[in-house]
Amino acid sequence: MFDFGIITSWIHEFLTSYLPLGLATFLECVLVGVCIILLYVVIAVIMIYMERKVCAAFQCRLGPNRVGPWGTIQLICDMIKMLTKEIISVRKSDKFLYNLAPFIVILASVMAFSCLPFGRGMSVLDFNVGVFFLMASSSIGVVGILLAGWGSNNKYSLIGAMRSGAQMISYELSASLSLLTIIVLTDTMQFSEIVMRQQDGWFIFKGHIPAVIAFVVYLIAGNAEVNRGPFDLPEAESELTAGYHTEYSGMHFGLFYVAEFVNLFIIAGVATTIFLGGWMPLHVSGLDGFNHIMDLIPGFIWFFGKAFFVVWLLMWMKWTFPRLRIDQILTLEWRYLIPISLVNLLVMVIVVVFKLHF
Amino acid sequence: MDNIITIDKYDFHDVALEYKEQGYDFLRCLTGMDWGEDGLGAVYHLENTLTQENVVLKTKTTELSDPILLSVCDIWKGAEFYEREIFDYFGIRFLGHPDMRRLFLREDWVGHPLRKDYDFSLNPLRMTNEVTADMTQNIEVLKDGSVIKKREVLFDEDEYVINIGPQHPATHGVLRFRVSLEGETIKKLDVHCGYIHRGIEKMCESLTYPQTLALSDRLDYLAAHHNRHALCMCIEKAMGIEVSERVQYIRTIMDELQRIDSHLLFYSCACMDLGALTAFFYGFRDREKILDIFEATTGGRLIQNYYTIGGLQADIAPDFVQKVKEFITYMRPTLKEYHDVFTGNVIMQGRTKGVGVLSKEDAVSFGATGGTGRASGWACDVRKRHPYAVYDIVQFDEILYTEGDCFSRYMVRMKEIEQSLNIIEQLIDNIPDGEIQVKMKPIIKVPEGSYYAAVEGSRGEFGVYLESRGDKFPYRLKFRSSGLPLVAAMDTLCRDAKIADLIAIGATVDYVVPDIDR
Repeated sequence: MFDFGIITSWIHEFLTSYLPLGLATFLECVLVGVCIILLYVVIAVIMIYMERKVCAAFQCRLGPNRVGPWGTIQLICDMIKMLTKEIISVRKSDKFLYNLAPFIVILASVMAFSCLPFGRGMSVLDFNVGVFFLMASSSIGVVGILLAGWGSNNKYSLIGAMRSGAQMISYELSASLSLLTIIVLTDTMQFSEIVMRQQDGWFIFKGHIPAVIAFVVYLIAGNAEVNRGPFDLPEAESELTAGYHTEYSGMHFGLFYVAEFVNLFIIAGVATTIFLGGWMPLHVSGLDGFNHIMDLIPGFIWFFGKAFFVVWLLMWMKWTFPRLRIDQILTLEWRYLIPISLVNLLVMVIVVVFKLHF
Repeated sequence: MDNIITIDKYDFHDVALEYKEQGYDFLRCLTGMDWGEDGLGAVYHLENTLTQENVVLKTKTTELSDPILLSVCDIWKGAEFYEREIFDYFGIRFLGHPDMRRLFLREDWVGHPLRKDYDFSLNPLRMTNEVTADMTQNIEVLKDGSVIKKREVLFDEDEYVINIGPQHPATHGVLRFRVSLEGETIKKLDVHCGYIHRGIEKMCESLTYPQTLALSDRLDYLAAHHNRHALCMCIEKAMGIEVSERVQYIRTIMDELQRIDSHLLFYSCACMDLGALTAFFYGFRDREKILDIFEATTGGRLIQNYYTIGGLQADIAPDFVQKVKEFITYMRPTLKEYHDVFTGNVIMQGRTKGVGVLSKEDAVSFGATGGTGRASGWACDVRKRHPYAVYDIVQFDEILYTEGDCFSRYMVRMKEIEQSLNIIEQLIDNIPDGEIQVKMKPIIKVPEGSYYAAVEGSRGEFGVYLESRGDKFPYRLKFRSSGLPLVAAMDTLCRDAKIADLIAIGATVDYVVPDIDR
């Protein structure tokens, strides 16, 4: 398996041989920052294109097909349009909070995004409490949404933001609990370690029943955390027109829009890393020939393949189910998902203690 | 010609109450009238829902500067909106009405447009915004017989009032609700109509009878055939014209196709409003097939202009029969697909079951006909109550549910698609030969009198009340909108529901705004 760490350490050595250590580290930070933001944008564009095509397929339509081959240039055009649109400021809004909100949302999203290990050695933030950091940074996003709702001085926005606050904070719990279930199995919170331990089998297979339950709970809770259908109440367009981002236009709206799609990818990426082995190829213990062939496929292809499969699952959910009501959403979380996750955590502890896992 | 009983304005409330106690619990239609020298008044069409007997009452006042009649909105809840409409059009104030505001026109409108002496120049195009009042007024009689105007508060200053509409994705047009919220719970709902008000009833008074036909399609555009059917029937009834068997068959088939068309659109929009965006496309995909059938015969897709007084505009297209049969064979299995993708969904059932319950008594009292009434257990289908065209010779079931919630309103319409397919199937093979147009005089004049005809529109009873003075223009033409009673019931339906429920209720009650506003 190719280790991307070789390239990064070569760059590090190259820079330090010409520059003092401090300056070299600074340059590396800038380089990594630029790379991660570029990747962020590329992922966003791919996600938006995928969403359009997938939803078109579900709805007996074709989706974008006029600009460029299979409509691929459409996205670039949309981006240019978004960037050149006027940012309309709303009278009587809280200017500071109104302008701050989209940046908080995108900041939280980028921070969480940089935790993902895309391949062996291909991760930006990788330290011993990685899962913890990811949960913490991704939950900053709700602050941005609440500020957007409050700052725009619009009643629809405020209701959307309140819904969003209630929903995201609730679903954070069961999402974290289901990740905790796997951490019990791995006894580490470092993403690279978590992936390495799935060398002889992904956790969804190794942890069998409790892991599968945790995976399903995580998908539901993750979907709710990124405010996508059937949990898209904060922006429920048939109820609140556009919810918390009703008053935003131009690139301010664009930031919310991009963050929503990349958040979906982050949820899928975390699910991939924790449950489906991340960049680790499919290994079956005992079949060495098979394992060797699987190793020939580069790790980042495995990662993106799995992640986009999970994204596709979530899109399937979104484009099929009707929207829930606010009380039903909270009932689902507090009455069902949290008790299930807690019991599931206990089951996992029993499984680990008595070594019932594979 | 209807037999109208005239009642003195002072006794009217007592007489109305007597009729109600005799079982006349359905106020079909309430029409404001300006009889010129004879004064202003109102015509009440009542029906006994058990025996299907009808009675027409009328009352009037000769006082022209400040006409006052007695309100009957404590007897029939549906009268509340009708009386506001009459106040708007004729300036008649109703004593005992809790909320005497204009219904369609702006608060700063001068005069009352359906009065015969109304001066158009009083209302130039206004460039200022209409101020929404949080107060209303009503009039009460004191013990000594004097009348006072009382102001009442609609919304307090501390209430969290949001506007749903007029520009809102879920109001199916430009309807506006002012909703007072407590958290997510609706405490009060105030309907503002009139954003697409075109004054069609007033326009009709200066058009010849064939010209009025052009406007009826533009009321409820999802029941274009039904509306025109009612108007043609009313004029034909007044003139004593018998249309040929062939015309009756084609009209029935077209009406049923239109009903399927409307119910498919209902399905799509209900899915959309509840957030199921995929099912939305299924309905529109199949509705397209009906529109194609319409287009081949009538030339129109939404506004068809097909029926004429005494017949049809043109004969059916040569492949009409074959296309309709193909559609029927296609539609039956597709309905199962609809149920698979949406009806059986657990979220959909959770969102609609037990939500927005309308009791049978309320449905009758509001006059909420159509699918809404039948979901509450009220057998209100005009096709069964007063059969017209060839509905008396076809076999079909009237779908009745008793729950009165959103889910049963939804199911009634889905089941009605099947019944409509049954009706078409029975007729499509035996369309008899015959004339498609009765010979008419070049200038159509309707004999003096007043007439009422009703059809089952896509969303309830659509009636036409015509008063003629023997001219080539109608003296007064009133359309009994099927949507107005539904909207009148919205406040009752939505109390203590959530905002999301308001959307579900609005979707399943299925009003169409141009029909409400006229």
